[in-house]
Amino acid sequence: MTFPRKVVREQPTQRGLMGSEKQAILDAEGLQALLTALKARGYRVIGPTLSDQAVIYDDIETLDELPRGWRDEQDGGHYRLVESGEDRFFDFVVGPQSWKKFLHPPQQTLWRARREGEAVTVTPEPAEPERFAFIGVRSCEIHAIAIQDRVLIEGPHADPHYRARRQDNFIVAVNCARAAGTCFCASMNTGPKAESGFDLALTEIDGPEGPLFVAESASAAGEDLLGELPRRPATPEEVAAGTAAVAATARSMGREMPAEDLRDLLLRNLEHPRWEEVAERCLTCANCTMVCPTCFCTSVEDASDLTGQETSRSRRWDSCFTLDYSYIHGGSVRSSTQSRYRQWMTHKLATWHDQFDSSGCVGCGRCITWCPVGIDITEEVRAIRDSERDPVSES
Amino acid sequence: MAAPETAPLDPMAPLVARVTRRHHDAPEVFTLELEPEDPGALAPFAPGQFNMLTVFGVGEVPISFSGDPVDQNRLVHTIRAVGPVSGALTELEPGAAVGLRGPFGVGWPMAEAEGKDVVVVAGGLGLAPLRPALYRLFAERERYGKIVLLYGTRSPDDILFRRELEAWRGRLDAEVEVTVDHAMAAWHGNVGVVTTLIPRCSFDPAQTVALVCGPEVMMRFAIAALMDAGVAADDIYLSMERNMKCAVGFCGHCQFGPVFVCRDGPVFPYARLRGLLALKEL
Ligand SMILES: Cc1cc2nc3c(=O)[nH]c(=O)nc-3n(C[C@H](O)[C@H](O)[C@H](O)COP(=O)(O)OP(=O)(O)OC[C@H]3O[C@@H](n4cnc5c(N)ncnc54)[C@H](O)[C@@H]3O)c2cc1C
Ligand code: SF4
Ligand code: FES
Repeated sequence: MTFPRKVVREQPTQRGLMGSEKQAILDAEGLQALLTALKARGYRVIGPTLSDQAVIYDDIETLDELPRGWRDEQDGGHYRLVESGEDRFFDFVVGPQSWKKFLHPPQQTLWRARREGEAVTVTPEPAEPERFAFIGVRSCEIHAIAIQDRVLIEGPHADPHYRARRQDNFIVAVNCARAAGTCFCASMNTGPKAESGFDLALTEIDGPEGPLFVAESASAAGEDLLGELPRRPATPEEVAAGTAAVAATARSMGREMPAEDLRDLLLRNLEHPRWEEVAERCLTCANCTMVCPTCFCTSVEDASDLTGQETSRSRRWDSCFTLDYSYIHGGSVRSSTQSRYRQWMTHKLATWHDQFDSSGCVGCGRCITWCPVGIDITEEVRAIRDSERDPVSES
Repeated sequence: MAAPETAPLDPMAPLVARVTRRHHDAPEVFTLELEPEDPGALAPFAPGQFNMLTVFGVGEVPISFSGDPVDQNRLVHTIRAVGPVSGALTELEPGAAVGLRGPFGVGWPMAEAEGKDVVVVAGGLGLAPLRPALYRLFAERERYGKIVLLYGTRSPDDILFRRELEAWRGRLDAEVEVTVDHAMAAWHGNVGVVTTLIPRCSFDPAQTVALVCGPEVMMRFAIAALMDAGVAADDIYLSMERNMKCAVGFCGHCQFGPVFVCRDGPVFPYARLRGLLALKEL
């Protein structure tokens, strides 16, 4: 799928066009055929795997590598995989990693410079195009990718590395049949159903002899590929079962973001006492920014060989929770924890709108799950919102 | 002025430039003149814009243009050695290679200032990013109303660009005041912070554009004094400093509330930053 430019703003209108005749049923064998066909087309196929007791995105070749029969338990500061006792492929939700690991990797060499006598030559690190096929991309993650597109390739300057890794992706979405305890995409309008920005979308349903997938395509590439797979048309009952499962997910979100103009709410509360309160719990460990699928900040480092003939610059993920991040000569602009938490949350939910015309939050809940002290962005918003409603604390 | 229209292929990869001249201006402050090996590769710079300068193997930092915009072949930068990268830059000898990316950012509002009085308030090294604007103001003198330059430094030894200051001070069509925080007996000029000079100057506040650059505290006081004198928030421009790791909107470091200082600034009308500057640690 090539740059779905408008994923976030697009209304789910064209969906009706697809109709149920576009929906096919794949069984496990069909899913394996999908992986094989993608590989045959030259894609590097990445999907969820089990590793270090978490769901980790990695290269996959066969269905056996998927976390079949596993489910995640998530809550503030809590993540655990348990065997569900059910034969389902995608009953877990999002883990600690996101697709930014591949599209905007944690470390990237930018250029190398070579000195020969007086001459210095700078060679930009070639932007290696990678053809990624991502399997099991959730709706919130599709939105997150679209958000990073806007930051890294749709602004006045384009990052050649991100562009090279992004330009030929095949995205197989999975509509969530379960929400985790920290999910809140429904209240961010980013899920649980993938509406656009994918090539194929799968909804897992229980068939008489094991898991089945209601598959629909949303691109020429998707349609083409689906046409090659062993499949049969979906019955209205199967389509309805998929729709019902996703609708149930929307109703069982573990968290909810208050329905409020978050931008205005936060920007008029930049000096709220709640920032101080949350700072007493926040460890400024930066976990929330590392697991966030939209956080894009980076820093650069220069290296040199012993002789100084060869030098290079690389960039790596950085976080607004570090002191160095805002350092200018004389001291950091944001030295207190409260100012750093405020930067993170107000950037995500408020100033992101000014900068990129959307929220920077997709409701995936990772920052809640992976916060060692369980700080909950929805709860922090609610505390500020409620304080405005409560006449006692206004005085 | 907007960023260059044709972005280079890889916005993070520097071009190679050579130091052609190095001049010691004041303690720890040096002016470097640079010549890109491929001059055609650079867009023209405007007053208030900056380059990202690399010392190979050490690092990269944002440094404003401090030279005359008429002379686009000489890239002039005035640098105070405060740490590893700026220190290494000031130690480069003529012939040394420097990595260079730019020009970046939105500079001083030279067009908006036409037909108006222009009050320039500089603190310390803040005079460097303002010097291209001053060259332009004096080169196109007839386009502007009164010109006032107020410049403050710590001590007489720290005064930058003495030759230009003398020349400008000698002009009958400009008011130029220099003040120092501390001075020995030999100093006959003003003593005190630069912002205290503002009420003493004559300009028409309703028809004035003010250009302010210096440490953030100094800029706050300058803004207050200019507003007291009747200059509108829209007509006061300041140049902001934030940590920068890319200058093209990728790294996030330069955020100041909703703005990216690297590409929305570094020069902003005060009206745009008013609420933000009042907040601590934003
Ligand atoms: C738009 C802009 C224009 C500037 N123009 C000039 C100029 O014309 N002359 C000049 O001497 N200085 C200028 N500076 C400040 C200059 O960039 C810093 O002094 C320099 O980055 C210090 O780096 P260092 O490694 O030598 O020192 P350290 O203080 O050790 O800095 C470590 C790192 O922190 C960051 N940093 C530190 N101070 C600053 C700062 N003030 N602004 C931004 N990042 C900082 C840099 O990434 C730097 O590499 C400008 C800054 C900005 C943002
Ligand atoms: S400023 Fe903080 S919240 Fe915003 S993108 Fe960077 S790391 Fe994420
Ligand atoms: S300096 Fe990197 S975003 Fe502005």
